[in-house]
Amino acid sequence: MSASNEWPLWEIFIRGQHGMSHRHVGSLHAPDAERAIKNARDVYTRRNEGVSLWVVEAKHISASSPSDKGPLYDPAKDKIYRHPTFYDIPDEVGKM
Amino acid sequence: MMTANEALFQFLLRQGDNALVLGHRTSQWCGVGPVLEEDIALANTALDLIGQTQLWLAYAAEVQGEGKSANDLAFLRDAYDFRNLLLLEVPNGNFGQAIMRQCLFDAFQVPWLTELQTSSNQQVADISAKSLKEALYHWERSSETVISLGDGTEESHAYMQAAVDFCWPYAGEMFCDDAVDEAINTAGIAPLPSSIRQTWIDQVESVLSEATLTKPNSDFAQRGGRDGIRHTEHLGHMLATMQVLQRSFPGATW
Amino acid sequence: MASTENTELSEQEIAFQARIDRGEKIEPKDWMPDAYRRSLIRQIGQHAHSEIVGQLPEGNWITRAPTLERKANLLAKVQDEAGHGLYLYCAAETLGITRDEMFEMLHNGKMKYSSIFNYPTLTWADMGAVGWLVDGAAIMNQVPLQRTSYGPYARAMVRICKEESFHQRQGFHIMMTMSNGSGEQKRMAQDALNRFWYPALMMFGPSDKDSVHSAQSMAWKIKMNSNDELRQKFVDETVPQAEYLGLTIPDDQLSLDSDTGHYRFSEPDWEEFHQVINGNGPCNEERLNARIKAWDDGAWVREGMMAHANKRSAKKQVAVG
Repeated sequence: MSASNEWPLWEIFIRGQHGMSHRHVGSLHAPDAERAIKNARDVYTRRNEGVSLWVVEAKHISASSPSDKGPLYDPAKDKIYRHPTFYDIPDEVGKM
Repeated sequence: MMTANEALFQFLLRQGDNALVLGHRTSQWCGVGPVLEEDIALANTALDLIGQTQLWLAYAAEVQGEGKSANDLAFLRDAYDFRNLLLLEVPNGNFGQAIMRQCLFDAFQVPWLTELQTSSNQQVADISAKSLKEALYHWERSSETVISLGDGTEESHAYMQAAVDFCWPYAGEMFCDDAVDEAINTAGIAPLPSSIRQTWIDQVESVLSEATLTKPNSDFAQRGGRDGIRHTEHLGHMLATMQVLQRSFPGATW
Repeated sequence: MASTENTELSEQEIAFQARIDRGEKIEPKDWMPDAYRRSLIRQIGQHAHSEIVGQLPEGNWITRAPTLERKANLLAKVQDEAGHGLYLYCAAETLGITRDEMFEMLHNGKMKYSSIFNYPTLTWADMGAVGWLVDGAAIMNQVPLQRTSYGPYARAMVRICKEESFHQRQGFHIMMTMSNGSGEQKRMAQDALNRFWYPALMMFGPSDKDSVHSAQSMAWKIKMNSNDELRQKFVDETVPQAEYLGLTIPDDQLSLDSDTGHYRFSEPDWEEFHQVINGNGPCNEERLNARIKAWDDGAWVREGMMAHANKRSAKKQVAVG
């Protein structure tokens, strides 16, 4: 079977019962938006009710595209305190 | 003349065995579904049905009053004591046949459980209310799938037409009232199944028409499941598999 | 952290490695070395395949689960594996390969899955042993991968680890029930441990000195611990659990080294490992054929649903226009 027959990929966003905004939870395949919503219920909420679902076909999402040269890395360099690994925490403390 | 308790027990077995047998059949898709998303969705349906089985059979065991559990009823009865529809025990065949069966059954379950929510028997009403939520979702999904595949490609259309032709003779059993149904109806526990028939036909006709499928003409109904008089040969094989551990190691704890 | 030798790396590659060393996540649109992309596709794809092929040996017992509760638990677990396969395929798809392409590579043998799933599940106790040992070993691999350098992979692993927490406990609970049960049940439990112990040890891969991809993968943080390190950790954690169950690990050489605090144990038969990888395991053909059959049988369903969606969207466009 050729790849062109493959169901399109959808990005799934969920807002939980008490959530303030939709969060990206993952992706899945579906033939259309209606089915993508149903599949999302089955795959990502295991039927949890009271959640709001958004589905967006992956190809319609535009993402920022970091340039592959210096400018991307430079700004980060003088703000290393923003990176979690800047703070050396002993392993015994556990997950943080 | 059966006692009210006997009628209730039989009625509960019908509900529980439908869920148990269809849940078992549906669980057989796990790992071999046509696409991952469907595989996962079918497992959810099967899990819902197993959950419903536990509720109906636990209550059935209580009504029976012999100190048995839902598991005793599921794993230690023989085929002639099962009270499920024949439609649900026949093997899955292909995906089209399985989803058509699901759709025809859901089209019954939704109006049926809706009625049972107002049962004079509070436990029946409670179990039904919980099961209805699940049945509504099963129906949404199964009817939409039947429509997609009926209207899909020539090949999928052919599969679905064959599926409805295969399932149809088994569907009529849902509406064959008998003495148990009369007794249950008189007690205000449930309406007669035949009273659901028109709603069912309207729903099914609308789905089949949108799916560009032809409704079989025959009204002939294969019977013998819900009264246990004559199951198909398939149920015995299904139970031989399902009950093997309980039968091989009597009394063991698992 | 010392990385690969800088002398042969381009400026881009150096910057890339530096990001990884700083603990930054690499995201789909970021520049990455081709070899990093290829290794990830191979690793995530193999992991995804393992999840869906892994459905089969446990799926083998869903219809025979001894109680309604066990049936529901096992079904939920095997369903989770389908879900985990799905998450992982999606993560791999962000690297520019489609799920269908990965399936094709699974079916034609170009991509592998974990060898453990080429072993048969023969008794109900195997559902216990698989959960306890196989999931136990898998979790040891997966927990550190939540910190892997590739963002979509790391996020998939976070979700998987969260959902998987009940799997090992489910398996251990079955083992406990069997070990405390009748003589026959206890025999089944011991037999399952006997058959799954060495295959479980093999899941961590060959010894570090023989492992092909380790060094580069560790520098890239797509592999977080060495094979031997994880295997040792697994043995150290599992031996006391077996003792608790009253079962015997099938290894005469097993002993606690009081100096190191670690168990000494016998190596699995690596010849068997290579045989199984190369197609000679007890169930290789069955497993792969089951997947291929499911995929082929499902073709008309996937195509039919897609065709209907296309028709519907064409109709909508006509209606709008």
